[in-house]
Amino acid sequence: MGTITQKRVFNKVTSPVQVSGAEAMMLSLIEEGVDIIFGYPGGAIMPVYDALYDYRDKIRHILVRHEQGVAHAAEGFAKVSGRVGVCLVTSGPGSTNMITGLADAMIDSMPMVCISGQVGSPLLGSDAFQETDVMGISMPVTKWNYQITSAEEIPEAMAKAFYIATTGRPGPVMIDITKDAQFGTLDFKYEKCTKLRSYFPYPKVKKEDIKAAAILINNSKKPLLLVGHGILISDAQNELEKLVTKAEIPVASTLLGLSAFPSRHPLYVGLLGMHGNYGPNVKTNECDVLIAVGMRFDDRITGNLNTYAKQATIIHIEIDPAEINKNVEIDVAVNADAKDALYALLPLIKNNKHTEWLESFKKYEQEEYEKVIKKNINPASGQIKMDEVVHMISEKTKGGAIVVTDVGQNQMVAARNYKFAEPNSWVTSGGLGTMGFGLPAANGAKIAMPDREVIAFTGDGGFQMTMQELGTIAQSKIVVKIVLLNNSFLGMVRQWQEMFFEKRYSFTEMDNPDFIALAGAFGIPGRKVTNREVLKDAVDEMLASKEAFLLEVVVGKEDNVFPMIPVGESVSNVRLE
Amino acid sequence: METEYTINVFSENYIGLLNRLTIIFTKRKINIESITASESHIDGIHCYTIVVNTSEILVRKVVQQIEKLVDVMKAFYYVRDQIIYQEIALYKVPTEVLTSTNEIEKLVRQYNARILEVTPEYTVIEKTGHKVETQELLNELKPYNLLEFIRSGRVAITKPMKELTVHLKEKEMAFNYTNHKRSK
Ligand SMILES: Cc1ncc(C[n+]2csc(CCOP(=O)(O)OP(=O)(O)O)c2C)c(N)n1
Repeated sequence: MGTITQKRVFNKVTSPVQVSGAEAMMLSLIEEGVDIIFGYPGGAIMPVYDALYDYRDKIRHILVRHEQGVAHAAEGFAKVSGRVGVCLVTSGPGSTNMITGLADAMIDSMPMVCISGQVGSPLLGSDAFQETDVMGISMPVTKWNYQITSAEEIPEAMAKAFYIATTGRPGPVMIDITKDAQFGTLDFKYEKCTKLRSYFPYPKVKKEDIKAAAILINNSKKPLLLVGHGILISDAQNELEKLVTKAEIPVASTLLGLSAFPSRHPLYVGLLGMHGNYGPNVKTNECDVLIAVGMRFDDRITGNLNTYAKQATIIHIEIDPAEINKNVEIDVAVNADAKDALYALLPLIKNNKHTEWLESFKKYEQEEYEKVIKKNINPASGQIKMDEVVHMISEKTKGGAIVVTDVGQNQMVAARNYKFAEPNSWVTSGGLGTMGFGLPAANGAKIAMPDREVIAFTGDGGFQMTMQELGTIAQSKIVVKIVLLNNSFLGMVRQWQEMFFEKRYSFTEMDNPDFIALAGAFGIPGRKVTNREVLKDAVDEMLASKEAFLLEVVVGKEDNVFPMIPVGESVSNVRLE
Repeated sequence: METEYTINVFSENYIGLLNRLTIIFTKRKINIESITASESHIDGIHCYTIVVNTSEILVRKVVQQIEKLVDVMKAFYYVRDQIIYQEIALYKVPTEVLTSTNEIEKLVRQYNARILEVTPEYTVIEKTGHKVETQELLNELKPYNLLEFIRSGRVAITKPMKELTVHLKEKEMAFNYTNHKRSK
């Protein structure tokens, strides 16, 4: 980095300073506490990039290799740190390349502010060079968006963007800024946004709802609590643990709720959903009270809604009122932030024991272990299994790493086998299932948490969707550990073809490159493992590496992930083989 | 079962909000039968009146999702007998048919319509009412070489007496704008 030639010290107390729109963008970011952004430059955002050049000491910019990578890195960053992921891209293709990431962040409630350059305002609507209707195109996949066409609008628009992205149920916000607004000038004065008259992010907890929920929980013989992403977003891990310990309630997790509750906790009964654990899925249809916290009853969790938890009285604690009664009919709705609701609930909950009920999960655990887990984590012979790789890494890192995944079998196997000891340690594309998410998201996570081990599990298919981000790793010296579970297939799709399409493997087999050589071309060390004897040594080498590392593990080509609830079937019909 | 619902949306008057509203219907493949945008009785608050045919379950979900939009203050849905509503229709006929028969004049009287403008070439007739009424007149006028027809979206006034400001006050009381006071 060269020396910084001109530096403006912005002081809140003094009267407003005249700055360019581009510089006002920098000052706004600083006011919001932003010190890291992800981006990719281009014509329509060049004034902002030029301003950034003067603020390199305050704002670290990570140059990615594709704008999809900007978005996923920002998501990874946001997910593990709870801070806003900030993106900076150019107009036209720059912003359209972001759309997948926005859609991913929207459905998974990630706080994100994306700034995209736009053609000059006199050219708007004229199909100018690199003009796209970013407002229109991003509308269905953003919580809010706004087009800035004059410099004076910047502070207020940016303050609103950060407020909206982070409050209530978080989500991505797109700010489209025309080139003339970047060049224009304004008297910069920043005021944080704390209220919008049309926006009601935090419902107050209603005493009567809490009382109703408490009565149900206290009288329940067979309660089951489902934790979702909302626990992590509202930082309610402590309240959750106190509550379930007091009432002795078994806890199951959604895919995005993973790491909110320690995997080894005696009350933890496992993962819900399509490839979740046997017990919690079956028991969903046996419990008498189902307490769902910060989750939205996605179809991958519920299976067939007509047979989902019909016997149970359902309590839904959820901040977004539009999620209540959307998929599942609720008996007691607590429309509130998870932390607030659990905090209010705790004093009303009686100490309780549900020994027999808890014990009844063991049988399922045992059966799943015997029929599925044992042979997957300790196979006697044959090719390496994905499960044993994740299991080994889970043991060696003592559940303390941040685990990032791509999408497919690798994702499900990682979700099933990593035993989380710490919260905010799980980064995955849940709602959208975006292949190519893993590598860039891992980069974002590592940049947010440089002191933690970040491990990305990916498939050979998904890796090739965003593998150019190896360039980002090399340039920004990001120490992520990549575990490529190579089955030479689009594994998850192949599994469905095997199970539901008579093994007609229509375009799912992959001819792959030499991944180690590929990483090597970026200066990233790696190692390929094809047999079990050296797996441990290779994992140790990867974990010991002080720089990024690619571990390619060749696994069984036609291994399947079980248990599985076939699409449209009841959670009770979870198949073990 | 499909029923006709009238949705009232009170919001900020921002560019693009209409787009955000219609996306919610498009996503669920619900056709918008009519839509009207206007100011409301409160300064600075805008009102959309949207008519759809759908089920009660879906209209409730859609209205929840509308109300979730950052720039929307409040959204309601009503069935027909909860509202007083009107649409306005304009019909253009050649003046010649008006002068050559007295059928047009009869229809205007019969339907409580009125003549807005007469020129040597054309005459414009206006009728306000429910869709069935303006539709009937349309059918009657068609044989007379009808030149143009247009019907507005629905405008509706609700029967419930609870005022929007009261709803908004209640909403404000039920929410916090920040989580500063959140339990630790
Ligand atoms: C962008 C995108 N395209 C297609 C899919 C559909 N899809 C889901 S899983 C999967 C296979 C993934 O294969 P691979 O990355 O090799 O991982 P594996 O399942 O073998 O672990 C595909 C194609 C998707 N989820 N995302």
